[in-house]
Amino acid sequence: MDTRVTMDIDGSPGTAEVVFHEHHDYTGGKIGMWLFLFTELLLFGGMFILYAVYRSKHPQEFHQAAMELNTLLGTINTIVLLTSSLTMALSIALLQRGKKWPSLGFLSLTILCALAFLVNKYLEWSAKIHHGIYPDSQELLNFDKGEVLFFGLYYSMTGLHGLHVLVGGIILSVMAYFIAKKPKSRFHFVPDRLKDLQGSKLILASQEGKELWRGATIDESVDQISIIVKKPATEKYLDRRNIGKLENSGLYWHLVDVIWIFLFPLFYLIT
Amino acid sequence: MTHDHGEEHHLVSYGTYIMVWLALLAFTGLTVTVAGFNLRQVSVFVALLVATCKTFLVLNYFMHLKYEQSIFKIMIFVTVSILAVFIVLTFFDVSFR
Repeated sequence: MDTRVTMDIDGSPGTAEVVFHEHHDYTGGKIGMWLFLFTELLLFGGMFILYAVYRSKHPQEFHQAAMELNTLLGTINTIVLLTSSLTMALSIALLQRGKKWPSLGFLSLTILCALAFLVNKYLEWSAKIHHGIYPDSQELLNFDKGEVLFFGLYYSMTGLHGLHVLVGGIILSVMAYFIAKKPKSRFHFVPDRLKDLQGSKLILASQEGKELWRGATIDESVDQISIIVKKPATEKYLDRRNIGKLENSGLYWHLVDVIWIFLFPLFYLIT
Repeated sequence: MTHDHGEEHHLVSYGTYIMVWLALLAFTGLTVTVAGFNLRQVSVFVALLVATCKTFLVLNYFMHLKYEQSIFKIMIFVTVSILAVFIVLTFFDVSFR
């Protein structure tokens, strides 16, 4: 974002116009986010290759072991995640249109969906563990090799995915805080024109010309002049940088959804 | 100041998102239903096909890819190609052992 604040500094002689600006690379941020998502894709991709190889070696055992999984819980979690992706997209769409509080509402719904997913996962895993099916358990070691592999992959892949849901929920909560708090930004005086101001002073004055504050003389040691802008936390004042941040958080959240889109049929629907 | 252009968001309507969500739910229903039939080899194929369609929807609409500059699409193509190379090479190894 490149917000520009133009202000007149009353100097002598005449009036000097200075431009304050805030540099923000929107596209760069988005490319960075995608690059990170690619590392995630390859991380999960590696695990999917492992799954594909073991499944091709033990098709019957995978089929047998998948019977143990609760398809209903899996389907519910799929619906929960898909819905959370919708609320995420709506939250972004609302913020882009400057509707801060509705956006925050949908963001909260997304976080609730993340929690619901994790609660479901907890119930699902607890039931498995209760039945003695967990990595290295006595019960599981009596199963066929292919079934042991299936449950090993099940725990590591849905576990890693669950961890991503947890992290996603935390990221979205931090975003909710960013959106809700008072917009505050720091604008910097364009540096190449700073030397024009050497020997001057900054003064804050009231409308009647009464001096409220006078800064030190600007000399060679000064290499930055900035203004901190703080606004009340009302719907009217939106920190537009949050739009880019929320979009990138949304990208992460949707990736988590995409990974589940593949995990769900491969683990729950192969019975 | 080329970075300004990214600020001009392409706004997607709320209705589009809701339609995409409904399509995703329909696809989920489809994949669960098809899994109920005993289609053997075909069922994996159908499951992956449906998952790919769902991913396509999420990427293009929710992740906004449809409206992004082509650099994003190229980067994704390269990454998916790398993953595809890994998969093919692994299966060459596993199949001919």
